[in-house]
Amino acid sequence: MVAVRGLEKRIGRQEILRSVDLDVAVGETLAIIGRSGAGKSVLLKHLIGLMRPDTGEIWIEGQNIIGMSERALATIRQKIGILFQGAALFDSMTVEENIAFPLREAGERNPKALRDKVSEMLEVVELEGQEKKMPVSLSGGMKKRVGLARSIIRRPSCILYDEPTSGLDPVVSDSINRLICRLQQRFGVTSIVVTHDMKSAFHVADHIAYLHEGRIYFHGTPVDLQQSSDPLLQDFLLGRSEEQGKVES
Amino acid sequence: MIVRFFNTLGGATLSFFQYLGEVVVLAADTFRSIFMHKLRWKLFLNQVVEIGLLSQLVVVITGGFTGAVFAAQAYFQFNKLGIGSGVGAVVSVSLCRELGPVLTALMVTGRVGAAMSAEIGTMKVTEQIDALRALAVYPVDYLVVPRALAMMLSMPLLVAECIGFGMVAGYFVAVQLLEIDGAYYVANMVRWTQMRDLIIGLTKGFCFALLIVFISCHKGLTAREGAVGVGRATTEAVVNSSLAILICNFFLTMFLNIIFPAGYQ
Ligand SMILES: Nc1ncnc2c1ncn2[C@@H]1O[C@H](COP(=O)(O)OP(=O)(O)OP(=O)(O)O)[C@@H](O)[C@H]1O
Ligand SMILES: [Mg+2]
Repeated sequence: MVAVRGLEKRIGRQEILRSVDLDVAVGETLAIIGRSGAGKSVLLKHLIGLMRPDTGEIWIEGQNIIGMSERALATIRQKIGILFQGAALFDSMTVEENIAFPLREAGERNPKALRDKVSEMLEVVELEGQEKKMPVSLSGGMKKRVGLARSIIRRPSCILYDEPTSGLDPVVSDSINRLICRLQQRFGVTSIVVTHDMKSAFHVADHIAYLHEGRIYFHGTPVDLQQSSDPLLQDFLLGRSEEQGKVES
Repeated sequence: MIVRFFNTLGGATLSFFQYLGEVVVLAADTFRSIFMHKLRWKLFLNQVVEIGLLSQLVVVITGGFTGAVFAAQAYFQFNKLGIGSGVGAVVSVSLCRELGPVLTALMVTGRVGAAMSAEIGTMKVTEQIDALRALAVYPVDYLVVPRALAMMLSMPLLVAECIGFGMVAGYFVAVQLLEIDGAYYVANMVRWTQMRDLIIGLTKGFCFALLIVFISCHKGLTAREGAVGVGRATTEAVVNSSLAILICNFFLTMFLNIIFPAGYQ
């Protein structure tokens, strides 16, 4: 479904991705973990063509999207949903208009159908009755969930989540994790979940990839990760900073 | 030292042409989209209201007071020569050919161009443009096309409005306040103002609409780095549009004068 080959990206002088190779099978959920600033969001933006790499290939459903024009990318983007780290809601539209936006752009005009669909989505993300609010008057976690509703309303076959559970309370986090699993099980959605939340990663992922210094440092099942004795991975899993690790050893 | 000077100069020239190129590419992209892709009517009508309808007060005041002051000044000079009733002709021709389009465009730049670049720039720095793209919407289709069409429609009308109110105000000042004979005033005005003067004004208005919309939208789409970036984009959009209007006005005047020569028919 998604395959990345030798992806390199530098912004200014900073090498953000040095050579990323990644494969995600159809219907699989991959969690990408990594330190803050490792380039996870940048990688995700490459997958949907929002950023262009310096070199490398990105194959989505057998098509290399590198070098495609924006208009050609649109057909591919219709099949992919993305949840931005900052939700990226349209701030001049209400919650309802935000969520209905993808459908309206796809040509749905019937107001009743749109309204029903939106309230169904709001139910899914546990925000019933918030249709008329503007994004500025939502909390961070609520924005996230509205963003999530907007990215799944068109039932994409692949969804990219950038930290879906950050800033959410444990209960809602859990329900979002369940939602990700449910989408996978029920609709066979392929998901890529960028997260810091190890609990969430272990909950939803079939595979976990650890992005470190611009490369995929580890790629395996959650069990592999837990059993790995690699000090770098252990530090990340246990939340140890380097100094602390040194003192202990 | 000299090398550095030429380096800087060369760099500045290059970046100027690159900038020009980017704006032209945006314009080309917009026109391609206008002809090849479906229009979002609702957004277009919103922009017509925003640009056309809500700019009227500004434009009317601009036109009115310009016409008034111009009539007064022309009268002070002309009256010495005993041709006070010629004021009407001067006011109306200069409103049609220069003052109407240029002043309207400058006012619309301040009101609408600034808003465009601030709005689009804010969307850019808050990832809303990326969100549009990710939702398979081409930002030019969604943001630039409705604004460009609304500007192309509104500007000639606003220019006409500005000219109209300028003429009325000029008449009022000259005839009511300065006591020129109204009949002569109007007769001279009609005699010396021709259709082509109005056509020149409206053509200029249309061209200025393109300058404003593409310069402002381009600045918005390329805004970067947060609130400061949006502020800078807005300022540059207004300054660049205003300069472009004044510079292009000269060339348009020269060019249009070949097609529609001034003076006797
Ligand atoms: N538009 C940009 N311009 C310049 N540098 C950028 C840009 N976007 C990201 N970067 C840089 O790329 C690096 C990776 O950023 P990215 O947002 O991908 O990190 P991340 O892994 O998602 O971190 P976090 O977990 O905190 O979200 C950072 O060092 C950041 O400074
Ligand atoms: Mg990130």
